[in-house]
Amino acid sequence: MSNTVISAQNLDLTFETNDGPVHALKDITLDIAEGEFVSLIGPSGCGKTTLLRVIADLEKPTGGNVSINGMTPEQARLARAYGYVFQQAALLPWRTIEDNVALPLEVMGLDQATRAARIESNLELVNLSGFEKKFPWQLSGGMQQRASIARALAVEPDMLLMDEPFGALDEIVRDHLNEQLLKLWAKTRKTVVFVTHSIPEAVFLSTKIVVMSPRPGRIHDIIDCDLGNDRPLDIRETPEFLKVAHQVRDGLREGHSYDD
Amino acid sequence: MTARILLHDKILPIGVVVLAIIAIWYAAAVFLNAPFERDQAERAETEISFSEILPRTMAQERPVLPAPHQVFAELWNTTVEKKITSKRSLVYHSWITLSSTLLGFAMGTVLGVALAVGIVHYQTLDRSLMPWIITSQTIPILAIAPMIIVVLNAVGISGLLPKATISMYLSFFPIAVGMTKGLRSPEVMHLDLMRTYSASRAQTFWKLRLPAAVPFLVTSMKVAISIALVGAIVGELPTGAVAGLGARLLAGSYYGQTVQIWSALLMAAALAGILVMTVDIIGAWVNRRMGVRPA
Repeated sequence: MSNTVISAQNLDLTFETNDGPVHALKDITLDIAEGEFVSLIGPSGCGKTTLLRVIADLEKPTGGNVSINGMTPEQARLARAYGYVFQQAALLPWRTIEDNVALPLEVMGLDQATRAARIESNLELVNLSGFEKKFPWQLSGGMQQRASIARALAVEPDMLLMDEPFGALDEIVRDHLNEQLLKLWAKTRKTVVFVTHSIPEAVFLSTKIVVMSPRPGRIHDIIDCDLGNDRPLDIRETPEFLKVAHQVRDGLREGHSYDD
Repeated sequence: MTARILLHDKILPIGVVVLAIIAIWYAAAVFLNAPFERDQAERAETEISFSEILPRTMAQERPVLPAPHQVFAELWNTTVEKKITSKRSLVYHSWITLSSTLLGFAMGTVLGVALAVGIVHYQTLDRSLMPWIITSQTIPILAIAPMIIVVLNAVGISGLLPKATISMYLSFFPIAVGMTKGLRSPEVMHLDLMRTYSASRAQTFWKLRLPAAVPFLVTSMKVAISIALVGAIVGELPTGAVAGLGARLLAGSYYGQTVQIWSALLMAAALAGILVMTVDIIGAWVNRRMGVRPA
């Protein structure tokens, strides 16, 4: 068994709203090992994004513990242990693609030469070489999201936290980016936590699928999924793939996800 | 090609409006100046026909409304014909007003931006300053302008600075309001992004908030520079200033020199147009540098 990178114990999070408290996360216990690709899947309101935000120290839990490489989320954030990819590319419109990738590097205070080297290698990694001088609006949605992945990777973090990064893209672009992400993961072997509400996407990408259910947000089931290292898109028609997908769907149904 | 577009998009529509204004202006001049001519004729106990009145309404010494060609002749006479160092040159007076406008505008921009930065970063300042900033603009400028001049004069400050202070007083407001809105314009996602980088408040300000506020700043600067000009002119009115467009307006009204008033007014309008256009051009250049998608 490899090293545990992210460990959550009995995590609880309650938001105080005007309509009374909302129990976003309840008793979450989860271990994620180094190099794993873990998907959090569930319907809206199941707390999958909230869980990711807790790991990223964008939300504070109201109970329980999270440790990241033995650090608190805040220490991990300050140590820049993770790269975060949002639902939208969130590129700064007044910066060119290369300057967008440079943004975290400038914040880190890296020198010009290091920045240039990291920009070049990470844009190459996401197949965006040649688009350095373009502004975000000159790129398609899929390319913008790839640029934001390059930006997250440029920090050279141990892990990648991705919040429905392909949710706003169409099916064809999404398939293409799934394949690319898988290759990227195989190349870099980073730990990835990936939020999605697409069953095929989760099964295709993950080594472990965490099925969550809403009200209160909790973990319903954890399904191991190993379809081997070489995964062409066609694998989605194989019996092994469909079996895992069926398992995930069953898990979502048992968690009363299809209630209303 | 571009010349044709220029003709169609700019010169033609603007030209039509200008012609319409001049036509209405002439008609109004005749209508407003005719009673004086009739009155004169009555006193001289002579009959006067409309065809006799018509040319006279456009050549009066002190018309109620001077005809356009009178005003343009005066403009020509006081700009091109006079040396610009002359006290009778409108260029000289315009420069006096322009210099305090620009100084006041610069001071107002600095003050407005500084206030906005404070307001965005400290909630106490937001609560304590914002009501005062808004209140400051509800006081009629005509009431407060003489007070500013008098107070500053008492402490030995006179000349350019008191007038510039009035310009600043008017122009800081749109800057402060626009800049506050601009500095608050970044989306939550972008702020979260900076947080995941563990960016300091200063880094978030320089790399995210400030660039995001630039379009807001440009828009408020356009408003601010034209009211800075109004402030400078108003600042010249109550002081008995001897120079500046405001002084020209005041002197003109003392002596019933309507032609002089109208030419100063037109000059002020042209000046405002040039100033706003300059800010516009600089703004467009900045936008291009910042990669704004061409419309």
